[in-house]
Amino acid sequence: MLIACLLVASFVIFGALYLAPGNPVTALSGGRALPAASMRVLEQRYHLNQPFLAQYWYWLENALHGNLGISITLRENVSSVIAARMWTTGGLVLYASLIILVVGIGSGVVAALRPGLADTSVLVSTSLSAAIPSFVAAIVLITLFSVKLGWFPALGNGTSFWSNVRHFTLPAVALAVSSLAIVARVTRAAVRAEADREHVQTAISRGIPARQLVRRHILRNAAIPIATVSGITIASLIAVAAVVETAFSLNGLGAYLVQAAQSKDLAVVQGISLVLVTAFVVINAAVDVLYAILDPRVALGSRAQ
Amino acid sequence: MSAAIGVSAARARLSRRGSAAGLLRSTGPAGIASAAVIVAATVLAAFGPLLAPYNPDLPDLGLAWIGPTGGHLLGFDFEGRDVLSRLLAGAQSSMAGPLAVVIGAMALGTVIAVVAAWRQGVTDTVISAGLDILFAFPGILLAVLAAAVFGAGLTAAATALSIAYMPYVARVLRGAALRERGQPYVAALEVQGASGTSICLRHIVPNMLPLIVAQATIMFGWAMVDLAAISFLGLGVQPPAPNWGVMISENEPGILQGYPLPALAAGLCIVGVVIAFNVLGERLFERAQGGLR
Amino acid sequence: MTGAEPLLAVENLTVLLPVEGLRRAVLRDVSLEIRPGEAVGLVGESGSGKSMTARAIDRLLPRGAEVSGRITFAGADVNELAGARLRAYRNQVAMIFQDPRAHVNPVRRVGDFLTEVLRTNLDVPAADARRRAVDMLAQVGIEDGQRRLRQYPHELSGGMLQRVMIAAALLTQPALLLADEPTTALDVTTQAEVMAILDDLRRDYGLAMLFITHDLELAAAICDRTIVMYAGQVVEVRASELLHGDPLHPYTAALAAARPDIARQTTRLQAIAGRPLSAFEAPAGQCAFAPRCPHAQPGCVAAAPELTAVDGGLSRCARVTQLRGHLEASHA
Repeated sequence: MLIACLLVASFVIFGALYLAPGNPVTALSGGRALPAASMRVLEQRYHLNQPFLAQYWYWLENALHGNLGISITLRENVSSVIAARMWTTGGLVLYASLIILVVGIGSGVVAALRPGLADTSVLVSTSLSAAIPSFVAAIVLITLFSVKLGWFPALGNGTSFWSNVRHFTLPAVALAVSSLAIVARVTRAAVRAEADREHVQTAISRGIPARQLVRRHILRNAAIPIATVSGITIASLIAVAAVVETAFSLNGLGAYLVQAAQSKDLAVVQGISLVLVTAFVVINAAVDVLYAILDPRVALGSRAQ
Repeated sequence: MSAAIGVSAARARLSRRGSAAGLLRSTGPAGIASAAVIVAATVLAAFGPLLAPYNPDLPDLGLAWIGPTGGHLLGFDFEGRDVLSRLLAGAQSSMAGPLAVVIGAMALGTVIAVVAAWRQGVTDTVISAGLDILFAFPGILLAVLAAAVFGAGLTAAATALSIAYMPYVARVLRGAALRERGQPYVAALEVQGASGTSICLRHIVPNMLPLIVAQATIMFGWAMVDLAAISFLGLGVQPPAPNWGVMISENEPGILQGYPLPALAAGLCIVGVVIAFNVLGERLFERAQGGLR
Repeated sequence: MTGAEPLLAVENLTVLLPVEGLRRAVLRDVSLEIRPGEAVGLVGESGSGKSMTARAIDRLLPRGAEVSGRITFAGADVNELAGARLRAYRNQVAMIFQDPRAHVNPVRRVGDFLTEVLRTNLDVPAADARRRAVDMLAQVGIEDGQRRLRQYPHELSGGMLQRVMIAAALLTQPALLLADEPTTALDVTTQAEVMAILDDLRRDYGLAMLFITHDLELAAAICDRTIVMYAGQVVEVRASELLHGDPLHPYTAALAAARPDIARQTTRLQAIAGRPLSAFEAPAGQCAFAPRCPHAQPGCVAAAPELTAVDGGLSRCARVTQLRGHLEASHA
């Protein structure tokens, strides 16, 4: 399934070249006029004289070897550009994931196990944060914490590790905000549902102490839906990172993708899209594996919908 | 057997009969408040440009960034245009885009879901596999790809989002359609000679309406967020057209200079409408799930 | 038997539960006694309160339940127990449930399920606990215990899982076993096997048992005494062997008659008109069964009948002395 997804995705990404108005050469050059020699180079490199499927094959083969073509705008190898910017995006997504996992799951568990004020406040705040898109969160955070309070820098990457952490904090929070809500909600629902299950009654009736009950019977079982939704949410961060990177002027893959789309640098768009879709599919596959590990009833590859 | 059929057919009829007003009342005060906000936003979208007190498109750099004064309740933006007027004018594209996405995704998704549930067997397997593959494309990514290929603009973005959202709709509705298909009244209709198409159109789909409406409502919120993001990135609605997403990106530099109001105001509009759709959609969903089980 | 102190005594137990926002009675003034080593059947239809009684005894009532009355176990007030003493009580009183698949944690191994309590509460070393678990599995008829310990619940059949649940309950060497419809979810052959195991083990270990079921005959088969409940109240208590031939309440007679008997030929199945009521649905100030009773008279709806002692048993029928002997003949 994983391979099929990737193949079809790569096919669509490649095929986009042909959907573009005009012929592939104009698409690749982004509508710019090129000298005849350059056009011949393009034709050769992309095997434009060959049938469609052969072209697809060559492109894919190149891609698997790390050769994703040349960027028209930057006149560099797409792969080297990606390698340079990958860490920014990776770091941002990782940071945001940590926030989502710790705050999201944490507040969900607290809300489920302590009904009352804690529960209500978590419900209300998640309802609100679910509706806040990351770029809105971004500008609010910049306004408050950068401009007014001056705690964090507003734009750009940092220079050292800790400087990076400072620069990435607001972006990571902006990225995490709307996804936090669903993780917290699902966690809360899952823990509550598990707490009411019959096997928990059995454990109570046998006198298992409360701490152990929560850890081994409620949380352990709730871990299944929690892990699934966390994984899916983190995978979706990959796409939204582009928006946050743009808002905070971070030089990540997403920001570059957007710039390339604006300047119609198709080779770059294809290259980065392929990388992002691959990352997305891989994370989803990892969630499948995690699910099979957590739930002994499930065979690998069949995530219950 | 006949009693069971009678009961399930009656239940199906009853779930269709509830009036819209009754449905709304059942969503509670939060649901009613949300519906009110949505209606207000729709009115603004329809009549926004007419309601704007000042010209939303006329730049006057001498007035740039001035805060709320006189008749300008929200001040001026980076080009000296009245913020309130731009917000009102921007309601149109900010609301119309998501509407197109929802209509597209829901129409496509419903058809695919019902076909898969009705035919079952190989058709269902193939469709489900296809949907699984489509899930690999996050909406924003597809929209960026579309913008790169077809050029930036609302049409390309909206179409891309429709295609990206369709699998979610199809997955939810397929489950519901399968459940409906298993009901005894469907078998009874088949035995009486009714065609598959007519059973689907006249019985199965109408019985799924509460779920369809709920899904559409929630989806409007997602579409609004994603489309605003795409416009924010410069790949959707193009400046200088008024649009809430565009306004945030145009006025972002102002924040660093101490003029956050234009961007924040646009952000607040988006958040407000999205909250309304989320709240109403969630409650409709709960009600739809309760009725169909 | 007489003169022995009751192991478990329930006195005037009334339980109110929040149902859709209102506090509703599910048990009204229930009293019963179980002596050490005695098997008592608790019979009733849905809504009669039989499961709720067991849950009240095991302190498993849902959140928001209001309990009044006393439950005493070996002299101690059960509702006053807390902390370590409550856990000790739970080890003395074991409960087995109706649907084993829902009641055993599906993501943990069978071995974990069996040994958990021993390892946590009773500080038994893991190897010892496993050994005892394997022994107990053998006693419930599961042979290759070592292998079973490593398996997951979904790899075992329903009947086997129920036996595992019984084994787990007995591992803490309880004095009282509460069995809440343990065989209802099983097919008939498995039912018989599980019942046999339950009966044998009970006698071997000298356990007292409260056996809850909707099947009058089943209860009568393995229990010394049978208690019949209706609408949250006890309506009859009788020695099991006398229950069929000489019931003391029209409801008991109707229950017995309603069960299709393979030996008897009949043209129509006997059913009790109307439907069983929960305690909060029953009309107040009168006999709860009166609306469905073929022997009801104006006096029955005038006042709520009390439990009266009749010939070694108890009955909540105002007309019991008149109807005795004729209840058996009330069905064709």
